[in-house]
Amino acid sequence: MAEFGIVEEYDPLEMKMEVRNVDLFYGQHQALKGITLPFREQRITAIIGPSGCGKSTLLRCLNRMNDTIEGTRVTGHITLDGDDIYAPGTDVRALRRRVGMVFQRPNPFPLSIFDNIAYGPKVNGLKDKERLRHIVRTSLEGAGLWDDLKDRLDGAALDLSLGLQQQLCVARLLATKPEVILLDEPCSALDPISTLHIEELMRELSTQYTVVIVTHNMQQAARASDYTAFMLAGELIEYGTTAKIFTDPDSERTEAYVTGKLHRT
Amino acid sequence: MTSAPWEDGSDGREERGGRERDRQGRSHGSRRGGGLPRGGDSLAERSAIGLLWAAAISAVAVLGFIVVYVLWHGLPQLTPEFLLQSPSAMGREGGILPTIIGTVAVTAVGLIIAIPLGVGTAIYLTEYTRSEAVTAIIRFGAECLAGIPSIIFGLFGFLFFVIYLKMGWSLLSGGLTLAAMVLPTIIRTTEEAIKAVPLSHREVSLSLGATRWQTVTRAVLPTAMPGIITGVMLSIGRAVGETAAVIFTAGSSLRLPTSIFSPVRTMSVHFYILAREGISMPRAYGTAAVLVLLILAINFAAYWAMNRFVARRT
Ligand SMILES: Nc1ncnc2c1ncn2[C@@H]1O[C@H](COP(=O)(O)OP(=O)(O)O)[C@@H](O)[C@H]1O
Ligand SMILES: [Mg+2]
Repeated sequence: MAEFGIVEEYDPLEMKMEVRNVDLFYGQHQALKGITLPFREQRITAIIGPSGCGKSTLLRCLNRMNDTIEGTRVTGHITLDGDDIYAPGTDVRALRRRVGMVFQRPNPFPLSIFDNIAYGPKVNGLKDKERLRHIVRTSLEGAGLWDDLKDRLDGAALDLSLGLQQQLCVARLLATKPEVILLDEPCSALDPISTLHIEELMRELSTQYTVVIVTHNMQQAARASDYTAFMLAGELIEYGTTAKIFTDPDSERTEAYVTGKLHRT
Repeated sequence: MTSAPWEDGSDGREERGGRERDRQGRSHGSRRGGGLPRGGDSLAERSAIGLLWAAAISAVAVLGFIVVYVLWHGLPQLTPEFLLQSPSAMGREGGILPTIIGTVAVTAVGLIIAIPLGVGTAIYLTEYTRSEAVTAIIRFGAECLAGIPSIIFGLFGFLFFVIYLKMGWSLLSGGLTLAAMVLPTIIRTTEEAIKAVPLSHREVSLSLGATRWQTVTRAVLPTAMPGIITGVMLSIGRAVGETAAVIFTAGSSLRLPTSIFSPVRTMSVHFYILAREGISMPRAYGTAAVLVLLILAINFAAYWAMNRFVARRT
């Protein structure tokens, strides 16, 4: 634990989510080992590490998407605003509305742009047409898409470019009014320009939301995040401000990884 | 690192994404899709291609020949009276209206029973049960059913619905028998269609706070719908033309049905009786022509519905 002394330093007031001593097992296979990590409010935290080290797994713990995989077992504590999200009786659907997720590949439904964004509010019981229209508009605005798409809300979401599709997925998420936004390698399928758009958007979002991004791309983490966590083989190696992780990390392994010397699998 | 299907989606989902992009005509250009190399085909290759071509042509030719032959002999019979009147003298005179209604009604009853049951079973198998044993047993049962000749269904329907359950020769007995017959098709096609829906649709839906049921009905089924419609259409095609399964169960009454307990005669049974008993060959061809036209119409309607559906959703 001494390796990331920062954990003792943070101010509990600015913490949105906190992961404490979390182990996760897929059947026999342990994918997370004693992870302890804060996610600060209105900040962007990047999770980096070689593929297979457990980044997605950790992210999916935060909205309990791992529940959908048979045979997963989680121990330890994860809190949202101080409440344990794994406590018995937790309303998982409400949790998922508060902690939303953008996936690796843009994955709009084969529906119209409007229906994609209205999907979340609708499954949560909203029927009023007027309010749905309002939410679609504010969500598109929030994702920086309103001016581009306002005249084609009935058009097919799948006709958009991949970059716009991913932005649409962000808008779809905003419609459920989340507090935390998880992004799992959101740019890995996108071209450099769209990638920049998403990064700008993340910056924008972090003024209102707590943002967590998993990324493979070192420059992206360095450019776009406030805090960085480095993982290796299911363990958290180091957590700190992005500046520190990239310029003066405590751990040699972190240094090797961020400078590209650690063999990436 | 071995890559298993659940692994982060970089394998399975990659492929799906690729397909999605293909649909939009983006990404993979025509570079790869240039087809087989043309120059320097060996003799063996050319004759193989020739054979395939011949096989395809003869398949279409046989179909075309049957349709043309039946229509050639049958169309002259098609007068308004033939379509709109009840038969008299066992079918030697008058029209075939009750058999048209009987065909449509018995098919409708069968499908009304088979669609919810089949689609429900498929949803359960793909989305709900995690027990391999249950899935294997139901799947095995469905497969066995699919291989059984329709006359056996007729016999079963006769013994079970008509005699044992005392339903008599009726629309209901016939419909239930047809339902049993087409159930495997509906289950299989629906299952395939549901399995082809990307996992990501389900994940997104759940991550937006949807329940499992909402996810199935709002994210999975709409995407699977074209495939499900295909299965239903195949089933309708089979049920409409079915003879052996309904002759023992729906009966051969020439009266107009008044309830689902009325016996009816379908067009295929009517055709069979007219031809078999030598009552009237021209009338038999006339009936066959109506049946063929109905099946063609169903198929065109299916294509039309599917295209509209796909166009609306994507
Ligand atoms: N559903 C699962 N069942 C079993 N093992 C899994 C599952 N998902 C991921 N894993 C394993 O857990 C480890 C971490 O995976 P993941 O979180 O996807 O890594 P990353 O996102 O960092 O590439 C890997 O070894 C992977 O093989
Ligand atoms: Mg991952």
